[in-house]
Amino acid sequence: MVTLDINGKKRPINSDLDTPLLWVLRDELALTGTKYGCGISMCGACTVHMDGEPVRSCALPVEVIKNKKIVTIEHKQKNGILSLVQQKWLEHDVAQCGYCQSGQIMSATALLNKNPSPSDEQIEAAMSGNICRCGTYQRVRIAIRAASNALTQDAYL
Amino acid sequence: MNKRIESGISRRTFVKAASTAAGSLLVGIHLPASSEQKKMPLQQTVMNSFIRIDNDNTITLLANHSEFGNGAYTIMPMMVAEELDVPYEKIRLEPAPTRPEYYSPIFREYLTAGSVTTGSCWIPLRTAGAKARAMLIDAASKKWDQPSETLHTNNGRVFSENGQLSANYGDLLHTIHAEGIVPPEKVALKDPSKFKILGKPARRHEGSSKVDGSAVFGIDIKLPDMLYGSIARCPVYGGTAKYYDTSETLKIPGVIKVKELSAGVVVLANSYWAALKGRKALKIEWVEGANSSLSSDLFFQEYRDLAGKPGIVAENIGDSIASIKLSDNVIESVYEMPYLAHATMEPPNCTALVTNDRCEIWSGTQSQSNDQKVVAKLLGRPQESIIIHRPLMGGSFGRRAAKSADFTVNAVEAANGEGVPVQVIWSREEDIKGGHYRPLFVHKLRGAVDDEGMPIAWHQTVVGQSIMEGTRFAPAFMVNGVDLYSVDGCLQEPLGLFPYGTSYHIPNHRVECHNPPKIGVVPMEWRSVGHSHTGIAYECFLDELAAAGGKDPLDLRIALTKDNPRMHKLLKLLKEKSNWLKPIGKNRGRGVAARVYSVSPIAQVAEITMSDNGEFTVDRVVCVVDCGFAVNPLGIEAQIEGGIAYGLGAAAFGEIELQDGQIKQSNFNDYNVLRITQMPEIEVYIVSSDQPPTGVGEQATTPIAPAVVNAVFNASGKRIKRFPLAKSGLKLV
Repeated sequence: MVTLDINGKKRPINSDLDTPLLWVLRDELALTGTKYGCGISMCGACTVHMDGEPVRSCALPVEVIKNKKIVTIEHKQKNGILSLVQQKWLEHDVAQCGYCQSGQIMSATALLNKNPSPSDEQIEAAMSGNICRCGTYQRVRIAIRAASNALTQDAYL
Repeated sequence: MNKRIESGISRRTFVKAASTAAGSLLVGIHLPASSEQKKMPLQQTVMNSFIRIDNDNTITLLANHSEFGNGAYTIMPMMVAEELDVPYEKIRLEPAPTRPEYYSPIFREYLTAGSVTTGSCWIPLRTAGAKARAMLIDAASKKWDQPSETLHTNNGRVFSENGQLSANYGDLLHTIHAEGIVPPEKVALKDPSKFKILGKPARRHEGSSKVDGSAVFGIDIKLPDMLYGSIARCPVYGGTAKYYDTSETLKIPGVIKVKELSAGVVVLANSYWAALKGRKALKIEWVEGANSSLSSDLFFQEYRDLAGKPGIVAENIGDSIASIKLSDNVIESVYEMPYLAHATMEPPNCTALVTNDRCEIWSGTQSQSNDQKVVAKLLGRPQESIIIHRPLMGGSFGRRAAKSADFTVNAVEAANGEGVPVQVIWSREEDIKGGHYRPLFVHKLRGAVDDEGMPIAWHQTVVGQSIMEGTRFAPAFMVNGVDLYSVDGCLQEPLGLFPYGTSYHIPNHRVECHNPPKIGVVPMEWRSVGHSHTGIAYECFLDELAAAGGKDPLDLRIALTKDNPRMHKLLKLLKEKSNWLKPIGKNRGRGVAARVYSVSPIAQVAEITMSDNGEFTVDRVVCVVDCGFAVNPLGIEAQIEGGIAYGLGAAAFGEIELQDGQIKQSNFNDYNVLRITQMPEIEVYIVSSDQPPTGVGEQATTPIAPAVVNAVFNASGKRIKRFPLAKSGLKLV
């Protein structure tokens, strides 16, 4: 049995060690905000943070992440960048069906964590692994820009 | 249209004290936990089929349309809220049960499709809100002994004329019961000039659940003792298992059982990962069946041949054949469109619990009544005994309207005999290879222009498999042997169910259709349905005719729509907003396309930049739309942006290829879809009018493809006739 650090809590894991983190989160821990989209790291719907880096949880067996800190869309942190990004997502009414949005938000948050004022090219590069079939991309760009502006202009943190 | 909607209004309005055990209906609906906990012990008043008010002031809308990104869960409470005089955010949504009184008045099914939701809710939901409000006013009038016409409402309260007396809606329920107040027979709806909610940008009602992971989609349903199922399917659609060896599968920890279903062989396990591993460990010998020799190439070949032969005449205005024969300026083209997968972000899945006396289904279907009927037949039980719960749905684009109820049936068959709930999840590979596609089409077009350069004759022959033939929807959709969905978008005049034409006037206009046998895969609706191919062929060829006649393509469209004021006005606006006359520069081009689908006219100009190596970018898209009264401009813009993204991705690289009966593509690595780097800047101009609201969910999908292709011609002089563009050496970057 391994123990994972998920959203700041230690969680003992019963799943087989070859199980991708995605299915551990969803089926064992009932953290269903992280979504299955492709299973081959091509769509980004399953994006979570591992020690702050955006990773595709669908292709990440739990055995390789033993001592890493995992953060998912369910993470509650007052005044954190995740909550800022969520707020901007709401303000700009980004979601349509919403299925990919956890992954979009986690990718955007990881970007802004590292780089509070990314260029347009850096935004595109950071988000290019996240597919949205509803085509919310224009609003994704706008919401990230808005979050970036809030971070840099208002000394949000 | 209006008349049809009104005739479908449910008259089943009644008042009763109900302690509805609605808990089982709530799965999948975003609902603050606190209001759910409070709900049960309260007295509830059913104001009418759509509205229930609790005496804690909770207003519940029984929502009879599904939310899959379309915005139905926002426009429905907006309509009720406007007439009931409450903020739309305060209205709770609960899926209405799958019963005839909740069927769409247009489809006579419990179905969310065809971009008709806003239009079909427009009168019934406002009426429901207005009638509920009238009852509350009546109650206050009796309670306070003041004439009802002196009372008014605001923000969920009734006020007396001088404002001294006021009551929450919930506080008036007792009076409604005590006085036996029933809904009025007739009620006046608000004049649009008085609207406070409708017509104003409104954020998504369930939006907050979609940013924190709490939104419950079908795949997120968790039930006690639930098993997960993964199905091994024959690589050739329609094939069956001849023999399967479960020995390796059953060794995998967590695997419970293996059994055969109509769709293949299912592995049941206590986690999806175990089910998936178990499925991969199966050894199966398949009988591939009749489809094993089919290929896209063969279909294209056969359809090209058919396109040269007379088909069933779907429309014949004037005499196109004679007119073309007489003309000395005739052009001819063949346009070819591949199969397309829907590739919803949430792969198909369904959860079912089947016991001797119960069948409950949690399915992300667009058509609850269809799936209910199919399952009832499958199990040999009465239709009304099948309970369909409705989760949120991760995209649809037509995929969730399978008449076979395929993924719902998968779960019901898997759960049947197990006594516990079973959730069957399709892998992305199963989805891409799943055999349900926008059918492959070939369009042959001939046209002639007169001495003034105006199109004088049009002759289009459409070849592709029918969606509706052989289904129970055939009587409504098959007209003289032609599937309306094969020709919708290239007819100049209304036909059958579709009360609109192209909006253009060409004096001689002939459309013929071949619907070859439905073999190989299941032809399906795909966002904008017929237009997804007819519209592309039409708008590209119209551009060819413009060039043949020496006409500016946008000016030509303006000239051809002078009898269609709505489209005519839109195109003039488009010319202005797109800076059509402004020189665009080297290696760049503009293209235009205009469509009418589900009543709404829409038109787009795309601006592109091309490189010599075939790489191109779509830099800007200007879209003008007239969808009648614009109920939620923010939602309309979202649908337009999304439609353009969906259509552009498909035009650029969407292709499902059938080869030796098998699908070549498998996942997002080889079935490419639009990514953020390829997303153009989109400007939307909504021309709101006092016409009843009409469709906007699918309209933007089609014009982008011909607008881009026409822009390619404008930039390079090259005409693309085979889709996707990647097949013609063009790469969207």
